[in-house]
Amino acid sequence: MTAIADPKAPRPPRARPSRLTTRGNTELYGWVFMRASGVVLLVLIFGHLFVNLWAGDGVKAIDFGFVAGKWADPIWQVWDLLMLWLAMIHGTNGVRTIINDYAERDGTRLVLKSLLYLAFLVTVVLGTLVIFTFNPCPDAAPDLLPSFCTAR
Amino acid sequence: MWSWVAHRVTGVAIFFFLLVHVLDTSLVRVSPESYNDVIGTYKNPIMGLGEAGLVAAIVFHAFNGIRIILVDFWAKGPRYQRTMLWIVVGLFVLTMAGFLPRHLMHVFGGE
Repeated sequence: MTAIADPKAPRPPRARPSRLTTRGNTELYGWVFMRASGVVLLVLIFGHLFVNLWAGDGVKAIDFGFVAGKWADPIWQVWDLLMLWLAMIHGTNGVRTIINDYAERDGTRLVLKSLLYLAFLVTVVLGTLVIFTFNPCPDAAPDLLPSFCTAR
Repeated sequence: MWSWVAHRVTGVAIFFFLLVHVLDTSLVRVSPESYNDVIGTYKNPIMGLGEAGLVAAIVFHAFNGIRIILVDFWAKGPRYQRTMLWIVVGLFVLTMAGFLPRHLMHVFGGE
């Protein structure tokens, strides 16, 4: 006879911790969101880079008139708004994961994540306001404005 | 392992650029002059090289992200993860070959 337990013997039931997790399924939803938003962001950002940096005269052509011309079209407003929100949530969640991985002290994590969420809030609110309150034809020298401002 | 490190490094770099990029674009709400002033700095050669690096980071992060999704959701993903890394590298080289010459022409090509 050997002292080794029969490997086919049923395993004794494992003591179940009273709480498996403290946060429900939030981390799972975050994981799914990173993948879903990642695919959408690939399309949005590649389109953004193609139109702004590759087509026409690239970065040389970007000025106030260029931006105003784009945002005169609701499609680009929605495009940029979606890109702003998805990229900020995707990026903030990514940096949050990295902080959790590398910042070992509770205090350090708290400080870094507070800064991160503050940056998230400021950037998303500012960017959203700019897209919705943008005036393509402000008082300025006409040569700085898109052509449709002077045509009317 | 290295692709995982590169994914994190490029992700953080893109995130910090995004914060700056929303700030600089917000200047359109201040005045056309201030926006044009700041966006003008994006057109000097050093920033032009920075933009090339930024686009490289985005392109790698994008293609490697698709690879991560395939490893997670495609039944054969884990088996082909190494092959897919080479596909990512190949697509990266192709995309950059399409972007870099044109971008550098815009930045260094004069008027």
